[in-house]
This record gives sequence, structure tokens and C-alpha cells, in this order.
Amino acid sequence: MVILQIVGIAILAGILIIVIKQEKPELAFLLSLITGLIILILVLDQVGVVIDLLNQLAEKAEIDLIYFNTIIKIIGIAYIGEFGAEITRDSGETALASKIEMAAKIIIMILAIPIMLSLIETIIKLIP
Amino acid sequence: MDISLIFKIAGIGILISIFNIILTQAEKEEQAQVLTIAGVIIVLMVVIQLIGDLFNDVRTVFKF
Repeated sequence: MVILQIVGIAILAGILIIVIKQEKPELAFLLSLITGLIILILVLDQVGVVIDLLNQLAEKAEIDLIYFNTIIKIIGIAYIGEFGAEITRDSGETALASKIEMAAKIIIMILAIPIMLSLIETIIKLIP
Repeated sequence: MDISLIFKIAGIGILISIFNIILTQAEKEEQAQVLTIAGVIIVLMVVIQLIGDLFNDVRTVFKF
């Protein structure tokens, strides 16, 4: 099971980080960054399976794929933005972390505008 | 790929801290500093390569 692998890696890395932290805090930070990257790469395959399934369902239901693709892009932006924010917060730069989160929200807002517009148009059409 | 990578980086970290202790006792502080920088650079190269892999995977999965 993937979850056992992930938890094992995380606990192992946590112990090694504590060992290195007294002497070399910068290397300890890099080690925690590497562990985060490895876990993210491991989880990414599972996310890919879910997205392919959703794609098939969207094709069957004839939803036009433009909105579906933007939703997937938004998920990707949130995925990476959250990772970057947590890593910078881990390194002690909370100000930078909040900047990354703000940027991610703005980019997601920009991506979501077409969906909102089409939603509003359909609502206006419904009103007699 | 993953567990061995963590062990490699942890090994580098421990080795560098040991060598630093030895160098500081031999009154060669500047070499200890250079050694620390070298270690950080080696680990950074591994990290950057891994970040590149992650971003490529994200690009393919999320269809950026």
C-alpha cells in the first residue's frame, strides 16, 4: 500500500532530520524538502488515476472539456502552491509563504473567470 | 529511488558534520566553512533535479 510507504519514509526522514539538525540546520531543511518532494511524486500517480477517470466520465456526460480542464489546472495550482507555501513556512519565512498563497489564489481567480461568466450567462438565459 | 536518496542525503549531512568537527579541532575553520558550502551545493543539485522531476510530473498530470 502506498500509504505505508509514505508514512515509513516520513518517520524515517523525521528521525534523520533531528540527527542532522544540531550540526547542520541547512542540510536538515534540504532533507525535509527532499522528503516532501518524494512523497508528492509518489502521490501524484494516484491523482493521475483519479483525473483520467473523471475525464472519461466527463466525455460520457458530454460536458464540454474546457471547464473540466480549467478545474484540473486549478487543482494543480493549489497542489503546487500549497507545497511551496509549506516549504517556505518550514524554512522560517512565513511572510514569503503567505505571498505564495496569495499569488496562488489570484492565479486561481483569473482561471476561474471564464467559468463564472458562462455560469452568469446561463442564469440570465433562465430568467424569462 | 526514494529511500536510498534520503539515506544518501542524510549520510552526506552526517559526514560533513563529522568532518567539520575534525577540521575545527585542527584549527582549520575556513576549510570547514568551505566543506559546509560544498555539502550544501551537492545536496542542492539533487534537490533541484528532484524539483524538476516533480514539476514535469505535475505538468503532465494536470495538463498545464
